[in-house]
Amino acid sequence: MVSRRWPFCKKLSDPTESSEGGPTRERPAWGEQLTERVTDFARLLRRAGLPTGPGDVRNAMGALSTVNGTRPDEFYWALQAVFVRRGEHRPTFYEAFKLFWSDRPPPNAVLDELLSLSKVPVQAPTPLRRRLAEAWAEGGSGADSERGSVEVDMRMTYSEREALSQKDFEQMSVAEIEAAREAIARMRLPVRDLPTRRRRPNATGSEVDLRATLRATLRAGGASIPLKWRTRRRRPPALVALCDISGSMSGYTRMLLHFLHALTNDRDRVHTFLFGTRLTNVTRHLRHRDGDVALERLQNVVEDWDGGTRIGACIEEFNHTWSRRVLGQGAVVLLITDGLDREGGEGLGAAMDRLHRSCRRLIWLNPLLRYEAFQPEAQGIQAILPHVDDFRPVHSLNSLRELAQVLSVQPTPARRGAGATIGTSGGEAEEGTALPG
Amino acid sequence: MGKVLATGLSRRLIRLQCYEGLDVSSAVYEWNYARQMIEIRIAEASGVTDRERLESDVFSDEFLIHRPLLQALQPHPEGPPVLLIDELDRTDEPFEAFLLELLSDFQITVPEVGTIKAEEPPVVIITSNRTREIHDALKRRCFYHWIDYPTRERETEIVAVRVPEAGEEFTRQVVAFVQRLRQEDLFKLPGLAESIDWTRALLTLGRSSLDADVVNDTLGVLLKYEDDLARVRGEPALAILQEVV
Repeated sequence: MVSRRWPFCKKLSDPTESSEGGPTRERPAWGEQLTERVTDFARLLRRAGLPTGPGDVRNAMGALSTVNGTRPDEFYWALQAVFVRRGEHRPTFYEAFKLFWSDRPPPNAVLDELLSLSKVPVQAPTPLRRRLAEAWAEGGSGADSERGSVEVDMRMTYSEREALSQKDFEQMSVAEIEAAREAIARMRLPVRDLPTRRRRPNATGSEVDLRATLRATLRAGGASIPLKWRTRRRRPPALVALCDISGSMSGYTRMLLHFLHALTNDRDRVHTFLFGTRLTNVTRHLRHRDGDVALERLQNVVEDWDGGTRIGACIEEFNHTWSRRVLGQGAVVLLITDGLDREGGEGLGAAMDRLHRSCRRLIWLNPLLRYEAFQPEAQGIQAILPHVDDFRPVHSLNSLRELAQVLSVQPTPARRGAGATIGTSGGEAEEGTALPG
Repeated sequence: MGKVLATGLSRRLIRLQCYEGLDVSSAVYEWNYARQMIEIRIAEASGVTDRERLESDVFSDEFLIHRPLLQALQPHPEGPPVLLIDELDRTDEPFEAFLLELLSDFQITVPEVGTIKAEEPPVVIITSNRTREIHDALKRRCFYHWIDYPTRERETEIVAVRVPEAGEEFTRQVVAFVQRLRQEDLFKLPGLAESIDWTRALLTLGRSSLDADVVNDTLGVLLKYEDDLARVRGEPALAILQEVV
């Protein structure tokens, strides 16, 4: 791992020797400003998405005092040791370091960076740089005039973003990452936690914890036996998300993917599948902590972006290949589709029936119900409806937060009861309550 | 497979059947609380007041109930045993994580006693039915082998060994039928165990060759889903039968 990053370090030390960087200032020249600079640097990192706190600055100063600060590589590694906690953070750290500690005055450096980004359309700006640029602009350091020009450039990067084709999934901005994280953390799926067979100590529990009791007895010297209690541990069920990425859903694809990414990384036991004309298991690709990288990987794997939909065939494939592998332990299925099937719902009913019977609870999120007086006329929708426990129609979705909110609405007890029954009767009950009008 | 290996190596087979919620106290060790309690009472009655000595007495090997994993690490006269951890996918992730220490260092830590290490590591076989994905960290400690449906020759041999009373021609027919059935688009394909069971079932019914009626009547031994049964029963079964007989 280290060896892979070594070239960076070499590059780092290059400017000190080449003419490009100009005469090298020795690091200690910053003197007492160093603490301030490191603090600023930590702020930049935080805005760029690295989890850094005030304690890290102290640690960084400690680390710097133990190395030879005049040597750029030692300086670099000392800071990296403190600030980088995950492999994914290394590139961000590297870019930030280059940006911040270059010998040129920082605002110009940023300017150059941004100009180079907007000038060279062939080499698309990496998500990292954009994120860093945003982080830099947010914090702002340097003269006002220079700041002004930075902002202009920022707009340019934004407009370039707009022009990017939809399936580039535009990188997440710092604010968006934050919002997504928050939304997911707040989200409570309408599913109760399941009791597991594991126990935890609980003073009001209903089982005697023999081991703890014995220890307490020994502590008491054997004179009395103070009973200790325990109770069953509960945990959320596994979650399987099946997300439609066909043409009719394309307006939401980006948001849904970021949602699924955040979801996959937020909790364990999440499996994610995308389908259009064929089914793809993308769980592993979404596991990458950095959402931008994860989505970039997706683009290479999934081949049916914006195509037609063969919901029936895809669900059937899921049933056949995956349901027994991922629905084992009482999993909840989250189906995200508009229900518009190219094949007119052929075979969809049977596939949905089987899916419904193999999972604990089937939640259908339909983000494309634009009309208040929606009538489930499309055959696909007709075929799916009887087989879902919980139907979440949404007229339009604008943010991840909204999405999380829609999914968090807790069903009324009556509906939960209806949903628990298997087959059409439960589905009809859902239909009655869930549809407007 | 574990059984055969244990017999072949003439070692002891220790089997741990996994299930959801399997925990340390039923897989590795458990203290014999009842005896410990009695011991404490006796100590009390006989006037022992040294609490530390009492504690070390109570948490000694004498009161430790050895569960399969701990047994597997202990020395056996006939050499290290074969440890079969069956259907690992049925447990939950925490137990899987617990196995990591066991599988890489072949040691188990009991807080009150210390670390118990196997002098010679057991032969460990882990099976999984893919009802859940096993974590990469655990797979890293294993060799991976995928057991697919056997070929026709192999299946014939296996059925002949397991049900020798079936006779050569009957075994051939049964295996050919099952093999052909696996080419159908079914939700759950019949496995090797189903072939053996079917052969035995047909023998119990006093049959020694396949015919349409008996196939339709006993299809439930091979296929366990109503959709699959509906798809095969009747005409398709007859067609397959004509092919293989």
